[in-house]
Amino acid sequence: MIFDSRQKLDEARKLYQKALVCEKKQVIVCGGATCLASGAQAVYNALKASMEKNGVNMEVTLQKEEFEDKVGLKKSGCCGFCAAGPLVHIEPAGILYTKVTPEDADEIIKTSVMGDDIVERLVYRENGEYYPKMKEVPFYKPQKKVAFDHCGEIEGDSLEEYIAVGGYEALEKALFDMTPEQIIEVVTDANLRGRGGAGFPAGRKWSQVAAHKEAPIRYVVCNGDEGDPGAFMDRSMMEDYSHRLIEGIIICAVACDATEGYIYVRAEYPMAVKRLKKAIALCEEAHLLGDDILGTGRSFHLHLSKGAGAFVCGEGSALANSVEGKRGMPRPKPPRLVDCGVFNAPTVLNNVETFACVAPIINNGAEWFTSIGTPNNSGTKVFALAGNIAHTGLIEVPMGTTLREIVFNIGGGVRNGTFKAVQIGGPSGGCLTEAHLDLPLDFDSIKRVGAIIGSGGLVVMGDDTCMVEIARFFMNFVKNESCGKCTPCRDGVPEIYAILDRITKGKGTLEDLDVLQELSDTIKNCALCGLGKTATNPVMSTLRYFREEYVSHVRDKKCPAGVCKDLFVFQINPEKCIGCTKCARNCPVDAITGSLKQPHHIDTDKCIKCGTCKAGCPQDAVEEV
Amino acid sequence: MKTDFKVLDEILERNGCDPAKAIAIMQDIQEEYSFLPEEALKYVADKIGVSYAKLYGIATFYENFSMEEKGKYVIKCCNGTACHVRKSDTIQKALYEATGMKPGQHTSEDGIFTIERVSCVGACGLAPVCTVNDVVHPQMTPEKMKALIAELREEAGVQ
Repeated sequence: MIFDSRQKLDEARKLYQKALVCEKKQVIVCGGATCLASGAQAVYNALKASMEKNGVNMEVTLQKEEFEDKVGLKKSGCCGFCAAGPLVHIEPAGILYTKVTPEDADEIIKTSVMGDDIVERLVYRENGEYYPKMKEVPFYKPQKKVAFDHCGEIEGDSLEEYIAVGGYEALEKALFDMTPEQIIEVVTDANLRGRGGAGFPAGRKWSQVAAHKEAPIRYVVCNGDEGDPGAFMDRSMMEDYSHRLIEGIIICAVACDATEGYIYVRAEYPMAVKRLKKAIALCEEAHLLGDDILGTGRSFHLHLSKGAGAFVCGEGSALANSVEGKRGMPRPKPPRLVDCGVFNAPTVLNNVETFACVAPIINNGAEWFTSIGTPNNSGTKVFALAGNIAHTGLIEVPMGTTLREIVFNIGGGVRNGTFKAVQIGGPSGGCLTEAHLDLPLDFDSIKRVGAIIGSGGLVVMGDDTCMVEIARFFMNFVKNESCGKCTPCRDGVPEIYAILDRITKGKGTLEDLDVLQELSDTIKNCALCGLGKTATNPVMSTLRYFREEYVSHVRDKKCPAGVCKDLFVFQINPEKCIGCTKCARNCPVDAITGSLKQPHHIDTDKCIKCGTCKAGCPQDAVEEV
Repeated sequence: MKTDFKVLDEILERNGCDPAKAIAIMQDIQEEYSFLPEEALKYVADKIGVSYAKLYGIATFYENFSMEEKGKYVIKCCNGTACHVRKSDTIQKALYEATGMKPGQHTSEDGIFTIERVSCVGACGLAPVCTVNDVVHPQMTPEKMKALIAELREEAGVQ
């Protein structure tokens, strides 16, 4: 298909919509990375085989003619509820099945597709409640999808289905009904703030680039270098809902009169590279990208730029260097990217999620967007829930939703033990504690408590996580990833790491805590780039909220969480031990002795503190002291 | 390993012999050889008109480029925050034990395994994870890791 005019796209949309309406029922298998890794493809194949076997009139791609009633089988983008995958949902009834296996396929098809009943054993249950409807599941109920709106409903990489649910309508509007100034005005009025970390207003960036009328070329670059460990929302957008992202980028190019663009994708996401390549090729063929977008004669070429594994490339100017084929080191600012970016041309650089919000804003207006969220923090935010939490997954909630709602209601609470903290915003972020549970999560309120929203990774930690060790972990990360250009980050971070390492080994002093604070402040004030400036946030925020944990490591030589191996030994409580010999048999270094039905003993010289004995003891007799 | 200059020429042509494409060119070479042979880098530097030192500097800046030949199975044990909180250290340890390799060692002596450090593969919902030649293995335990290595050994036909 070639859309060389607005009319052609409109006609095609009507056709695809008609085809979609003809699907009287839809069987949608979640094709997100997590579900695929837990076996969604086999489930999809089994559902397909079952429909074929049972003579169900089924389609896997939209029909283009005849338009008879059918059952649509789709592999959609990520539905978010990764912990319960593989997920299958049946539309329009809205029935959700969790942890589906290929063996369940026949029953699902016979009961819910050929009949109108529910396979009760596959329905999600929580706290004794039964939730057959997807919308009613506590994980989904408080969510509001804007960036990911149709992601879990349509075939992930189908351009036709994206167009059928209103895709590229915003582009149409931007091209034919609006001037570039009006587009920028809407994005500015909507107060769309950058979803990649700092929350800088996208509209302002766009207008600054558009103002460079003298420049021979302007670039639009999408930052898909999602390097924050614990974040995977951009990955999902690029893999599962790539057309939404591309539409946002093209609209930005139209607004800023840019003719070249890049999506910078992190090397660790090979699937995202593959899907984006396919989507870009489809768009070029369809005249949504290229030299004659929708017959307007306007040209915009979008390229993929593959990262090669450097966290610092998430920083704008470092990313620009990397796109140019250089070492990904940050540049001193000013000049800023909007004035002198990729190949020294004015460049708009926005995050994946920021671009994904553009089409809904153009379609529904600025007022609609600002009606979601809190004042000055409009719209929704996608968070990746990971770590010690019951429902890991991707969620999208209005800005200002409280941490309590996210962790305990949507996230289902801590998986093991009790809630201790949430690490937000990756290595540049900070931790939030129990005291912050009722804090509305938005750019401004999080900044006030010493963290940043970052790209939106939320890693939940329970009482088995040592905060000093976590700070050490992040400093180890930053130490490895520091590009080496500026001294505070290159030399300061290893020094901080050395101190933290010493503390976790029981060799720290109370003075060390002051040095940590001082060094952190210095790095924050003096580092060259945004990553350096925020590198010590994990140290500062754990020092601020978990100082007593540092003190017990230093003064009492104890690790309250029982993580720092140099600060405890394993012992068997003779009163609890029943002499089952399990620990002695499991010990990899033969450090445990004792005879059957007699209390056992651990030789602390031999013990390597692997914890196998503790994990396996049926009596909880192994203790850390 | 012998470098095939015809392959290099194809890669250069595909990328337009452009110094701005240095990273893309090296990625293509690495896809072909699994690492960056010195000979190939020198050839490319010459063709795209930058010094070998500069190209080497770019290659060593990025974690993904390898100057050493890799094993049959490239195993990345994820050490992102989510995996770390779910005790990925024990998985990493089991990986070294099962392969008989030492921390810091890149490739096993028999050329079967390469262990690489990775900070996050973005599969946090499945933590802790490892990848074998880019295929994600979810919810790892030390036992599963040992079984996986044994399975790969068998597949490779070594004891």
